[in-house]
Amino acid sequence: MTEHNCDDALGDLYRFLDHELDDETREHVERHLRDCSPCLEAFDFEAELRVMIRDRSRERIPDALRARVLEALNRLDVETA
Amino acid sequence: MADQSTFVDATAPFMDALYSAARRMTHNTADAEDLLQETFLRAYRGYPRFEEGTNLRAWLYRILTNTFINSYRAKQRRPDESDLADVEDLYLYRRLGGLEASERGRSAEDELMDLVTDSQIKDALDALPEQFRVAVLLADIEGFSYKEIAEMLEIPIGTVMSRLHRGRKGLQKTLADFALERGLVPKPAPTA
Repeated sequence: MTEHNCDDALGDLYRFLDHELDDETREHVERHLRDCSPCLEAFDFEAELRVMIRDRSRERIPDALRARVLEALNRLDVETA
Repeated sequence: MADQSTFVDATAPFMDALYSAARRMTHNTADAEDLLQETFLRAYRGYPRFEEGTNLRAWLYRILTNTFINSYRAKQRRPDESDLADVEDLYLYRRLGGLEASERGRSAEDELMDLVTDSQIKDALDALPEQFRVAVLLADIEGFSYKEIAEMLEIPIGTVMSRLHRGRKGLQKTLADFALERGLVPKPAPTA
């Protein structure tokens, strides 16, 4: 079984973060990250970036729109009753 | 067979997230509101056919995405990929890991938090070509798997991965450009 080197690990970075690696490859990556702090830093950064983008792009539905949608659904309910 | 009288209770918790996704897909508030409303009406009508116990969230996002693609997408345009040619992997990380960052005694992650405003993050997403933007929304923001995204968009998994790869690069490039404007990252060294 060959070791995962930095190029291998970085090549797998996105699929690793996406939870799309098969178990064996994921273990290779995890083992590499345990031993390689530069790669671990890169992985952590990419993970943080994704969390930041996700959390800071969130919108709340405006109350007026929520009310309009519920009202429209109510009308449908009445129509199909 | 799902009962329509339970529809609102079952789907109301997803309203914020679906609205958020609609905003990012359509770029403007008016279209986002129409898209969101249309999605819920379609979901309501289709609810009797929804298999209870299966993934309601994925089902709702599928309706949202299909409605967007069929009714709201911009005219077909080829995504402009010329900008992405020199965007290497880990583009933003490498920019932030530059000399000035370590001189300030800050890690790349510390730099990251202050890098851009919330508004710029949304702008960066909105700047992505539509196909890349939708893929990034579904994967990075909504957490769907490649397989789920492939099924929603009716494209091969390989295409999902390719759009994600390019979308993420585009995002990092735009974020780096915003940060550059604010003087928060060193200018890239000129290539030989």
